Amino acid sequence: MENGTLTQGEGKDPSGFLSEIIGNAVTVKLNSGVVYKGELQSVDGYMNIALEKTEEYVNGVKRRNYGDAFVRGNNVMYISAE
Amino acid sequence: MADTAEEGNTVAEPLDLVRLLLDEIVCVKLRGDRELKGRLHAYDSHCNLVLGDVEETIYVVEDEEGDDDIKTVSRKSEMLFVRGDSVVLIAPHSRPY
Repeated sequence: MENGTLTQGEGKDPSGFLSEIIGNAVTVKLNSGVVYKGELQSVDGYMNIALEKTEEYVNGVKRRNYGDAFVRGNNVMYISAE
Repeated sequence: MADTAEEGNTVAEPLDLVRLLLDEIVCVKLRGDRELKGRLHAYDSHCNLVLGDVEETIYVVEDEEGDDDIKTVSRKSEMLFVRGDSVVLIAPHSRPY
């Protein structure tokens, strides 16, 4: 019982990581393989993401720029801090 | 009064960004290589959307003798309800940064 709560320090859980990297440049990969690079504005419990200065990459090729972008959480494979 | 400060450019949670897009023209990427452009009339926490004056673009890959041609099909509708689970991305329409 105690293990789960005691072994994790402050900011060491996944959502702690996400709140730490807000404002940073991040790479977000979706399950479809599409990649978005931008500045992380915010994340919520569903892993919905708001990005700024977003660049869209399809098959490694840059496709588009979005000033702001909202990504629905269920499509997210990973979020990586640059 | 307190609302006005919050309705500025603050994006405390991702859906605030969608709130800022109400009554604006948005570009919505959907599952299945579809895109919608239209005016955002309403949304909720599931990303169910109501869009007006919508143009839907469908990207179709046509495999003609090994060539992958990407063809687009588009259609228009006056008002559209989009079920949230097919939404991938919502962005303001072509606003360069």
